[in-house]
Amino acid sequence: MKARVFVTLKPSVFDPQGRTIAEALHSMGYSGVGDVRQGKYFELELDAASAEQARSIASDVADKLLANPVIESYRVEVDQ
Amino acid sequence: MKFAVIVFPGSNCDHDAYHTAKHVLGQSAEFVWHKENSLKGADVVILPGGFSHGDYLRTGAIARFSPIMSAVTEFAAQGGPLLGICNGFQVLCEAKMLPGALLRNRDLKFHCEHVHVRVEQTDTPFTSRANRGQVLQLPIAHGEGNYYADPETIEQLESTGRIVLRYCDSLGQVTAEANPNGSLHSVAGVCNENRNVVGLMPHPERACEPWLGSKDGLVMFESVIGALAGTGALHPA
Repeated sequence: MKARVFVTLKPSVFDPQGRTIAEALHSMGYSGVGDVRQGKYFELELDAASAEQARSIASDVADKLLANPVIESYRVEVDQ
Repeated sequence: MKFAVIVFPGSNCDHDAYHTAKHVLGQSAEFVWHKENSLKGADVVILPGGFSHGDYLRTGAIARFSPIMSAVTEFAAQGGPLLGICNGFQVLCEAKMLPGALLRNRDLKFHCEHVHVRVEQTDTPFTSRANRGQVLQLPIAHGEGNYYADPETIEQLESTGRIVLRYCDSLGQVTAEANPNGSLHSVAGVCNENRNVVGLMPHPERACEPWLGSKDGLVMFESVIGALAGTGALHPA
């Protein structure tokens, strides 16, 4: 079973990379692009009996390793 | 007095710390590989700078799970003096042994230069021989040294005097221009609640001999040696 984990900086944390990307897009003429936030995306191949269990494992590893709760939050998606 | 310098895959300031402890200060020093489980009776532990595990995922995020970190945690819990330098500071934050996190520098550039820091607190084992307000010239070399903690944590650090070092100009003035990386409150180094664990982004171990451009880092090593000798004075073994 496959789980996807999206890790993003908390809104209160300044993201200089996202800012730089936004500025690049503006200089390319994409004036309609507002703020850009850069994040991380993980695909986990899981040995799980159910989507429920897969979600639980993915959340566990996100809590322990994939995300740093001081600066980041995360979201988990599981294939049905 | 025995220094243990922890070596992670990707550590690259381990020899600098070892050299300073052993050859500049005449102390006993030993490297401890991250897969080991014992600190070999060390009196002081240093987590050195570098790029542990290639900085993969986040700086220090993988190293905190190394086997030796159980012994390091235990050592710190018993009050042992533990210093995290640069990547070592990042590891201590990831391990929750120090508050906050180190983000990408505000200008996205890797900064390799000498900066000034002001000693804010002298009641840690690594600053006990310094004077409050003393300005140290130390090198920095990092891409992710932008100290962040949530507002409540920063407030708590301020009110409990746990910001040990702050970036400043050569006169000791804390200004936005003297802040190389965007750190909140110009934080260059902090300590834990018990004040025996200190983390900082600058490299005191690279500023202990005149031909390195500064000897200002010596005071941090002399402090811990003095603190352990119980006299505040330096007694090389």
